[in-house]
Amino acid sequence: MTRRLVAWIVLLLGATYFILPLFGTFNFSLKMKRGVLSFEAYRVVLHDATFQQTFGYSVILALLTIVIGVLIVVPTAYWVRLRLPAVRPYVEFITLLPLVIPPIVIVFGYIRLYNTSSILPLTGSWIGTNILIVFGYTALSLPYMYRAVDTGLRTIDVATLTEAAQSLGAGWTRILTTVILPNVLVSVLSGAFLTFAIVIGEYVYAALLNLNTFGPYMVDMGRNHAYEPSALAVIAFIITWACMGFMQLFTRFSKHTKARQ
Amino acid sequence: MGFLDLSHLEKSFGATRVVKDFDLSIAQGEFVSLLGPSGCGKTTVLRMVAGFEQPSSGSILIDGQDITGLRPNQRNVGMVFQAYALFPNLTVAQNVGFGLKVQKKPSSEIRARVEEMLQLIGLPDLSERYPFQLSGGQQQRVALARALAPRPRVLLLDEPLSALDAKIRVALREEIKSIQQKLGITTVFVTHDQEEALSISDRVVVMHEGIADQVGTPFEIYNRPSTRFVASFVGTLNIIGATVVDPASGRIAVDGQEITAARGVDGARAGDKRAIALRPEAMLLNGGTDGRNHMHGRIDEVNFLGAIVRIRVRFADSAVSLDIFNNPNAPPPARGEDVTISFSAEDVLVLDGSVPG
Repeated sequence: MTRRLVAWIVLLLGATYFILPLFGTFNFSLKMKRGVLSFEAYRVVLHDATFQQTFGYSVILALLTIVIGVLIVVPTAYWVRLRLPAVRPYVEFITLLPLVIPPIVIVFGYIRLYNTSSILPLTGSWIGTNILIVFGYTALSLPYMYRAVDTGLRTIDVATLTEAAQSLGAGWTRILTTVILPNVLVSVLSGAFLTFAIVIGEYVYAALLNLNTFGPYMVDMGRNHAYEPSALAVIAFIITWACMGFMQLFTRFSKHTKARQ
Repeated sequence: MGFLDLSHLEKSFGATRVVKDFDLSIAQGEFVSLLGPSGCGKTTVLRMVAGFEQPSSGSILIDGQDITGLRPNQRNVGMVFQAYALFPNLTVAQNVGFGLKVQKKPSSEIRARVEEMLQLIGLPDLSERYPFQLSGGQQQRVALARALAPRPRVLLLDEPLSALDAKIRVALREEIKSIQQKLGITTVFVTHDQEEALSISDRVVVMHEGIADQVGTPFEIYNRPSTRFVASFVGTLNIIGATVVDPASGRIAVDGQEITAARGVDGARAGDKRAIALRPEAMLLNGGTDGRNHMHGRIDEVNFLGAIVRIRVRFADSAVSLDIFNNPNAPPPARGEDVTISFSAEDVLVLDGSVPG
């Protein structure tokens, strides 16, 4: 009984630790109009043209990152699992590097490597900088995307399914698109939602590459306004949690994955 | 020259030679089983035919066409796997139609062929189900239909019944045989289960340490094993020690009791030690006419197995197991009872060398 009580107290303390600041932020965001609680701060933020522009821009960058991430990670993870299991620890190590190396170091590396006096002067043009940031975000999301896809691949018999498809005449592209990808779709989506959540709030890359994405907009807003940053924080939090929720939803309602649960 | 010809096939993994100078010629429409224990190279041979393994040397010909260098998806060879390997994201109908879709057949043709295949395997009503909604036996039937749908030149079955329970196994193996006969498709079946191999094959290849020890009909393999390995691997066999008395007439002694082997004892001299093999079903308990070999012993053990009763009879040092049919009106003999067993001289197989150990 006492142990149960202690467990509840610990749980409540933990929940308070996480929920209290959120509640405080949310409560503060509702106090823009003096004397009443209102969603005025949200209205101001959502009607701000810069919000719409930066948020839309970040969404596009996130979607491009997801597409490139899937194109790179799914075939790599598949091939490593199928033909090169010995190199798996090395690939895992490489994919974990973005978690170990601070983003500011990576982005400084990019700037040094791809500045206007380099062989590939990506930072010299707007398109080049966008290409650079998308690839940078792809690298940043590697730990999440690779692990999610690799976990998905672990749940299916990759080798036998591949051989079955081959014996039925399928080539590599068809095997990847019609056999492997649909069976790890839930994992790919998990990786995609995590990537989306990371890219939407990312600040360091965007700020140092001088791009007006949602991250720098939030920081800028925080410097010059009182209530709107809190509203933005709550919005960003809702986006992240919505992504997590979608991940759960897809896992639960995916027809054929039910068999493996 | 057969329809499927494997000649001088070799496969090495590093320094290990898994398949050694393997030759086999299979006629069109023939059902051949590769039988052997784990690690004998039978699956490797099958995988080389499928194209999943590249032979170290040798060639594979289907209908005169050399397919050794072709990729698996260019061979038109159907394969059924032990683990079913149905695509979990596709329905039964989509699984069966997969190969035809790859061949870019019109959808009306795919639909008709899928229906035909599902009728063939007796699951016409399950076309919209997903693999996880099927039992093991149903999944393997679907896998068979999927392999057959694109009309492959050769059908390869890699231990397709191993994951199923005993009853379904027997039912499905009969079904596989009947479908194979109906379609007349050349089939190679890999199994470690001798009963499976003997019951459905036109010919059986017994493999041991990468080589084909014996190739023959199930009758030949069971009754006339050409090597000691085949004799011990196929069926239950009593191997006991004997001493050669007269090699020319085939007279030998087991624990002091003299018996005759019809085929003589080649290359032996009187007094040599030899191992002999006797099938449990070749021996009769307390019966048999004159002219048969008779041996006296004592019942050591009685195992009631349902339809048959396996009895272990001990002589001085050696012992043999023999089978009698269960008789509901008479209880089986008891342990310790003195008995006489008999067997014909033709049933005594004299093996090379003595009993080890």
